[in-house]
Amino acid sequence: MSNAHAAVTPNGAVDVAVLGGGNAGLCAALAARQRGASVVVIEGAPREFRGGNSRHTRNLRSMHDRPTDLLVDAYTEDEFVADLLRVTAGRTNEVLARRVVRDSADCPAWIRSFGARLQRPLKGTLHLDRTNVFFVGGGKALMNSYYAAAERMGVRVLYDADVTGLDVVDGRCTCVSVALDGRLHSISARAVVLAAGGFESNLEWLKEIWGPAADNFIVRGTPYNTGKVLKLMLDLGAQPVGDPTQFHCVAVDARAPKFDGGIVTRLDSVSLGIVVNAHAERFYDEGEDFWPKRYAIWGRLVAQQPGQIAYSIVDAKSRGLFMPSVFPPIEARSIRELANPLAVSPDALERTVTAFNRAVCSGSFDHAVLDDCRTRGLTPEKTHWARALDTPPFWAYPLRPGVTFTYLGLKVDERARVLMSNGEPAENIVAAGEIMAGNILGQGYVAGVGMTIGTVFGRIAGAEVSRHAVA
Amino acid sequence: MLSPEALKQAQHVLTVCNACRYCEAYCPVFPAIENRTSFAKGDVMYLANLCHNCGECLYACQYAPPHEFGIDVPRVMAEVRVASYEEFCWPAFMSRAFRQTATVIGPVVGSIVLAWVLRHFVQSSNSQGADFYAVMPHDDMIKMFGVAGAFAIIVLLAGLVRAMRSFGASVMSGFSRTAWRDVLTLRHLHAAGDDCTADLDVRTPWRRYFHHCTFYGFALCFASTTVAAVYHSVFGWPAPYSYTSAPVILGTIGGIGLLVGPLGLLVQRGRRDPKLQDPAQGTLDISFIAMLLLTSATGLLLLVARHTGSMPVLLFIHLGFVLGLFVTLPYGKFVHGIYRTAALLKYASEERR
Repeated sequence: MSNAHAAVTPNGAVDVAVLGGGNAGLCAALAARQRGASVVVIEGAPREFRGGNSRHTRNLRSMHDRPTDLLVDAYTEDEFVADLLRVTAGRTNEVLARRVVRDSADCPAWIRSFGARLQRPLKGTLHLDRTNVFFVGGGKALMNSYYAAAERMGVRVLYDADVTGLDVVDGRCTCVSVALDGRLHSISARAVVLAAGGFESNLEWLKEIWGPAADNFIVRGTPYNTGKVLKLMLDLGAQPVGDPTQFHCVAVDARAPKFDGGIVTRLDSVSLGIVVNAHAERFYDEGEDFWPKRYAIWGRLVAQQPGQIAYSIVDAKSRGLFMPSVFPPIEARSIRELANPLAVSPDALERTVTAFNRAVCSGSFDHAVLDDCRTRGLTPEKTHWARALDTPPFWAYPLRPGVTFTYLGLKVDERARVLMSNGEPAENIVAAGEIMAGNILGQGYVAGVGMTIGTVFGRIAGAEVSRHAVA
Repeated sequence: MLSPEALKQAQHVLTVCNACRYCEAYCPVFPAIENRTSFAKGDVMYLANLCHNCGECLYACQYAPPHEFGIDVPRVMAEVRVASYEEFCWPAFMSRAFRQTATVIGPVVGSIVLAWVLRHFVQSSNSQGADFYAVMPHDDMIKMFGVAGAFAIIVLLAGLVRAMRSFGASVMSGFSRTAWRDVLTLRHLHAAGDDCTADLDVRTPWRRYFHHCTFYGFALCFASTTVAAVYHSVFGWPAPYSYTSAPVILGTIGGIGLLVGPLGLLVQRGRRDPKLQDPAQGTLDISFIAMLLLTSATGLLLLVARHTGSMPVLLFIHLGFVLGLFVTLPYGKFVHGIYRTAALLKYASEERR
């Protein structure tokens, strides 16, 4: 194993410094290197955990006018843009959004050119077979291919490297300060790519916004997205974009690790039973909609409950109907018995379940469609897939909000240049990936678009900074 | 034997895999995981034998050590695999051979070789030319190897039956073209495409090439012996056969394959990332590789020197190794081929459902 870390002295001049070694950073590094620039990637994580949140991803959204070897039918530019406008409720820069969409068509070929492999959707995600290509082995395998290509091409990678400062004068960055191996280094670069992600793993920052509730949040991805580079740039007068208080959040198993639990901590039993809070009360229609939408709202719903905890409760009828969870269910023979390990009042839980069971109207259960199994006379109602909880054993899964990414970012132009407070683009500072995704994704989410933004803007950023390279 | 702790660890790993599914496209192990919601002992042993230890899923895994989930599928499957060899072993008391190959099988082999060499060297020094049967009568040879071969086949069959039962595979699952293609091409040894995984960024085709040399070399040697037996008993054509005869050509090509293949595997083994391997399997792998090498090397030496005075000694040494190989086949690494085949057949039958 070659370790660039040991082989280089970080001090010295380089054409391009890329801050952050996730998907966007690597795409920028590779694109700049292909154009002849000398490149150093400054990655905050150790080698084993490199790749930012990209190591937890699995697919990328890609437009196409006709079927490809991986995608069926067509997913046109207009349809993709319309999807973005819908999920963001208009909080998007349409010029940048359209650029991302147009360039997304070429992303699969770009990915494959570095030896990474793509596949059709995984089992159970067939609703994405028109829109998303999947990475064989997931995002970490993709990142391995990018890193291997970067090393082959002579890109230097510094791992475990902490960016502590940027020298920026009049929109021009001349030097990046990096703490590495307990020493402070200065890297002078002709241009800088900011690709260091959002601030979702900075618990202090989350607490400033959300108060003590943030203590109960689980961060689904990398612990290295501290928002340090984002903050440095905002303090240096870069224009912000995106809601500074908001983050994308899904319901995850409360037993998940504080950081880095990724995809396996998600829980998808919600629609099959009921969800109660710490007072053993229901608080939202569990049967409102299918997985993609449901998935996106339940994190926030749980975040609004006392103690930021909730419990998904199902009975034996639902066994095997949802994606297996990595944590075992809390099991009991009766609802009363179930209350104990959940630390909710047995009386209250029994009341809630009894009221729910009485309100269930008979219908024909079909989890594949919005069926006619619903309750009548409850607040809130359960509008689909409502079946009485009457068949032991009963299972419960504790839920907490799982933060995926934050929306606050740096405003950029179509060349990925960071816009400063005077309205002018920075001369040699560009941004790519989550740190600027808020330009396109002001709110909401649609599967695989984060990787699309990172890939497209990584390439744009890499091409832009390579202009500054010594020929 | 598969300890409760090892079973539990494997179940933890498989549960994480089942909730993630990113590795689905690598090999049959992951689709087979997705077909299940829980993993009983038989399932775990089936999945372990379905795994060809290609290694791709370790490097792709976002939960691989040092992540706190510590997911290392190739390593855990390798550990379960050895335990499954012990579980399927007949008679049961012989299962200890899988963990103490060097100490148990080594002396067995050694003593067989020594005994033969000493006993016959004295009686049969009157041989002329390249007549093996003047050194050891044909019928004696047939009896000796018939008994050893029958023993190996019976014990291997007993293991196969136990494995199929444990995997929940029916006899009918034997009829699958896909499964047999995968067995014969070793398709799942290289889930990365055409190349096998040696380390994070190292992909080469050599592991597969050397395995093919070994497997097909073994098959050709077996064919050579069979053809020779048919020549002798059906057509009455006695050995020795010329360099251009079928038994000698088959045996020579096979012998070279069986020399190059195991040597290459030994080298490849040393170059592979230790994280992909179960250290407890070292003796198992190396003793089998050594037996194959010694068998082919002595065989080729015998072929070259069959017209010299050292033929009788070489013959007994070679026969000693062949016999040792036969007798130890069911208690060494050879069984992996049997159980992998059983697992692939089972997988093909699952896919058809």
